[in-house]
Amino acid sequence: MPAIEIADLTKDYPLGFWRQRRHRALDRLTLTVEAGEVFGLLGPNGAGKTTTLKLLMRLIYPTAGTAHLLGRPFTDIDVHRRLGYLPEAPYFYQYLTAREFLDYCGQLFGQSKADRRRRVGELLEQVGLVEAADVALRFFSRGMLQRAGIAQALINDPELIFLDEPMLGLDPIGRREVRDLILRLRAAGKTVCFSTHVLPDAESLCDRVAILNRGGLHGLGSLGEILAIQVKANEVLVGQASPVLVEALRRLSDNVRLIGDKLSLTVPDEQLYAVLDCIRAQGGRLLAVNPVRASLEDYFYEKFGTEKVPELTGGV
Amino acid sequence: MIPARRWLPMALLVGLVGGTALVGVQRQVDRTRAGYATAGQLLYLSSPEWVKRLALGYDGLLACLYWTRAVQHYGRAHLGARQYPLLYPLLDITTTLDPELVIAYRFGAIFLSEPPPHGAGRADQAIELLQKGIRHNPDYWYFWYDLGFLYYRSLKDYPRAAQAFAEGARNPKAGPWMKVMAARIAAEGGDRRWARFLWTELYKSTENQYIRKNAFDHLYGLQVDDDIEFLEALLARYQRSTGQPAASFEPLVAAGLLRGLPLDPAGYPYRLGADGRVRLDPESLITTSSRGREP
Amino acid sequence: MPRVAAIALNTFREAVRDRVLYNLIVFALLLIGTAILFGQISIGVERLIVINLGLTAVTFFGLAIAIFIGIGLVYKEMDQRTLYVLLAKPVRRVEFILGKFCGLGLTLLVNTALMAAGFFLALYYVQGKVSLPDPNLLAALYFVFLALLLATALALFFSCFSSPVLSAALTFALFIGGSLADDLRELGRMVEVPWVKAVGEGVYYVIPNFRNFNIISSVAQGHPVPPALLWQNTAYAALYIGLVLAASALIFQNRNLK
Repeated sequence: MPAIEIADLTKDYPLGFWRQRRHRALDRLTLTVEAGEVFGLLGPNGAGKTTTLKLLMRLIYPTAGTAHLLGRPFTDIDVHRRLGYLPEAPYFYQYLTAREFLDYCGQLFGQSKADRRRRVGELLEQVGLVEAADVALRFFSRGMLQRAGIAQALINDPELIFLDEPMLGLDPIGRREVRDLILRLRAAGKTVCFSTHVLPDAESLCDRVAILNRGGLHGLGSLGEILAIQVKANEVLVGQASPVLVEALRRLSDNVRLIGDKLSLTVPDEQLYAVLDCIRAQGGRLLAVNPVRASLEDYFYEKFGTEKVPELTGGV
Repeated sequence: MIPARRWLPMALLVGLVGGTALVGVQRQVDRTRAGYATAGQLLYLSSPEWVKRLALGYDGLLACLYWTRAVQHYGRAHLGARQYPLLYPLLDITTTLDPELVIAYRFGAIFLSEPPPHGAGRADQAIELLQKGIRHNPDYWYFWYDLGFLYYRSLKDYPRAAQAFAEGARNPKAGPWMKVMAARIAAEGGDRRWARFLWTELYKSTENQYIRKNAFDHLYGLQVDDDIEFLEALLARYQRSTGQPAASFEPLVAAGLLRGLPLDPAGYPYRLGADGRVRLDPESLITTSSRGREP
Repeated sequence: MPRVAAIALNTFREAVRDRVLYNLIVFALLLIGTAILFGQISIGVERLIVINLGLTAVTFFGLAIAIFIGIGLVYKEMDQRTLYVLLAKPVRRVEFILGKFCGLGLTLLVNTALMAAGFFLALYYVQGKVSLPDPNLLAALYFVFLALLLATALALFFSCFSSPVLSAALTFALFIGGSLADDLRELGRMVEVPWVKAVGEGVYYVIPNFRNFNIISSVAQGHPVPPALLWQNTAYAALYIGLVLAASALIFQNRNLK
């Protein structure tokens, strides 16, 4: 059974003083996420990622369309027992301590006092907030708040977890910890759906992604599928390059750069072996060959970067 | 999200039922509080000076408030307890807040002096109030008229009444009859003509429904006094001509002295008592005749 | 129901830790204290003044607390997005509204009790002796508490769809208007136009009648409270608050959170 099934989910916002125009924040989104997947919602700002998550969590209501979470309709509030959610850049109750806050969340699930104590302790350790457990949340840094947020999303040991920009505000160590956490969750059989516009994170974590832009779905599938067309070249790093070699390489590739005493050049796939032969013949030292896959960033820039910001038009 | 077609009927039902229950409870509360309300309730503060201080400049608004309370107090008490202990304090506060609210002075002049059950029966308070009105509104000659009328009908102090009319007559805007009253009232105070005239003038001078009704009642009362005088004169004539007093009005009708059984202005028949005096029917609505209800 | 209780207790805890609350209570107690000074001015009316001023202070500071916290109830949660976290749990929206209201009611109860304690202390001081609290005074305090609960419900209602400033202004306006309900109706009656009279009557019944709950001057004069008024005011408050909370729940249910 798929963890998430979304069908024709649409959200319009009324605009204008008389609310006569509409801004379509999400346009007939349809996708499925299988259980146990790590799924990424990607897209530039305003793409509709947060809108999608808020719609699924019933924080806002759709103009059209439906969804099913863990086999139940998303209108069923009880399915929230098996969900976890971390909103984007959250604040929490200023006057509670982290421990009290997590305990409160536990109460809302109807957990017993003993269960809560145990669970809260576990989570505080898991997210690394044990020392700050009894400090009021208003003194937390952005990163600490993020970690507290992840802890509350997991308080009920959910099967399906939604994370809206989980890496936001975290330093590299923090981000690594979150990545590891997500991988652990996947290993435990949970389904994780997170949104981000930090593309390397998506590349390293997601089984599949959906690419959104201005409310519409522009790509769905594994990263390999989406970026397949884009794989085009290799980056070759050469040391001990004699001037003759440099000259020869310049004829084979028009992208030759000198970095310190090394030479770096980009070589299209067809030319790769010719270049390698050339290097061997001229006695250069091959240091590295890296396939240059177009990153998601290139994909994005190519697809969305040059478009002008459209007029917000009315009508459907 | 609950679509409108689902919550609207339920909301209307709840609103209707809840609202009705609420109105019902509110009425109960009103009933309980009517019996419970005391001076403090309406006055809050009994000192006019303090009220003015606390008004923070919104004197006019508060004056309106206290004025409505004064009228409300009168209206309620008139139907119920027939006592008006708060009337003077409320009017005092009203006129302290807005010394130019002439209707408050005029209302007080009538209903503070009017004897119970229609008024507080405190002519002294009425005079004090009017004098305050005159102090703050020296150009409003009607107050002199009210004062004169007050001396005339409540205290029967004809010389003072004449003085008041004379004062008022000095204002060039005053009605020409003020001079006449000043001249005549001292000597002819007992004449009902003047009473009728003054009540009629009062009726014409205001729009306030309470004052007008009161004036109207008094005019009826004067009519009754006239009628009774007329009827008793007729009875005397009958007695002289037949040698016997009439037991009722029927013989007078038979003798052609009356066209029919006499009715008072409210439509109730006049009664001839055993002592030969004519009185109003006990059921009659007219209460302001000085002669109609003598024991 | 346990979720409502959890939300209520959390609301209470949050309110209690907000320092502004303490400032308001301190001011209230100060004002009650000064009532003693006023009393020294005219002999014989100390008790009267302490009761009048004291109970009025409790009313107005309680109103300030009710409005101040009430308007923040929903708005603050929406603005700071703590609401997202809350509603992502298996918590129904109506449970949120009820929990918030109960939490604030509890806060009000504690505050009113504190101020009442201060009031009774001042009273004992001017009386020169300690005695059992006069049941009429307790009734007056009970009515003040009912009025504050009603104001809280109104503040909560407005905060479901308005900004804090607007909510505060509207709630305060309704409090003033509701305290003058009788006068508004009389004004309508004095105008000799039928539809104005009808409007006056309509306004009288629709507006929350805060005058019902004000028996301060009567108890100050020592008049006993009619027992019927106790249940009538309780019924009125319960009905009105119920309707307002229902409306709040409905509005909040259908609201798209930003």
